[in-house]
Amino acid sequence: MYIKPRRGLGSFSSASMADIAFLLLVFFLVTTTISMDKGIQMVLPEPGDTDIEIPKGNISEIFINQTGKVLFNDKPVLIRDIAREAESRINKRGFTPEGEQIMIFSVKPHQDTKYDVYLQVLDQLKIAGAKKISIANPEAF
Amino acid sequence: MHIEKKTKASNEISTSSMPDIIFMLLIFFMVTTVMREYEGLIVLVPKAKMIEKLESKRNTSYIWAAKDGTIVVDDRRINVDDLRHIMYDKMVKRPKTTVSLLADQEVSMETITDIHTELREAHALRLSYSAKRIEGEKL
Repeated sequence: MYIKPRRGLGSFSSASMADIAFLLLVFFLVTTTISMDKGIQMVLPEPGDTDIEIPKGNISEIFINQTGKVLFNDKPVLIRDIAREAESRINKRGFTPEGEQIMIFSVKPHQDTKYDVYLQVLDQLKIAGAKKISIANPEAF
Repeated sequence: MHIEKKTKASNEISTSSMPDIIFMLLIFFMVTTVMREYEGLIVLVPKAKMIEKLESKRNTSYIWAAKDGTIVVDDRRINVDDLRHIMYDKMVKRPKTTVSLLADQEVSMETITDIHTELREAHALRLSYSAKRIEGEKL
């Protein structure tokens, strides 16, 4: 039996192309996770001890104890009041000619402090627009 | 006076360009999709107001820290002391890496500080404390 060879390029139906594309599209739509990761950004200091002499008046110390109470410069404050307090301190101390803040905030949590409280304090400092935040190592004070 | 229309416009939308549109969408999603690599732990991240988006998913590596102090990186449970080696390797591969710390609200600061120390040793200095936005609240 002789089968006549087909001439030229065979063509395929492109009618189902849209369906295939749709199927792939739906797959990628389902697998894509739009939710971007969000958070409070910090830059950690370089490793090693760097001792820089800072005048005492330029540092605000924030202690957080294990129950979540906050001591702002030896004065107990509510967490939601930190932002206001910090902002007035930044403005009081002023800025360098380069426009940098002079006031430095040193956050010192107790080692049993909950992360949640710590982050709320950090959040308050960010609300106040504090640029210079240092995190002291916790100790059992 | 009644003017008769000479051409009759078809009131149907041509579907011939549909596959092209679909393909375009498909290619867009294919390019933008970053597959989720790791499952991680179930953590309840804290809420905050001043949160920022991370630049890109490709330059982000994740550290999970659960309530009981378990630390998970790349779906492997690790000791805190090993974190610096793992992070160092990551930093060598992608120097622009930002570390996203997904820590539970209840984690003690002791664990967090240990992670800080390890990250500093690995020179992974860009850190993001993963948090959720507080809804509908102005300062």
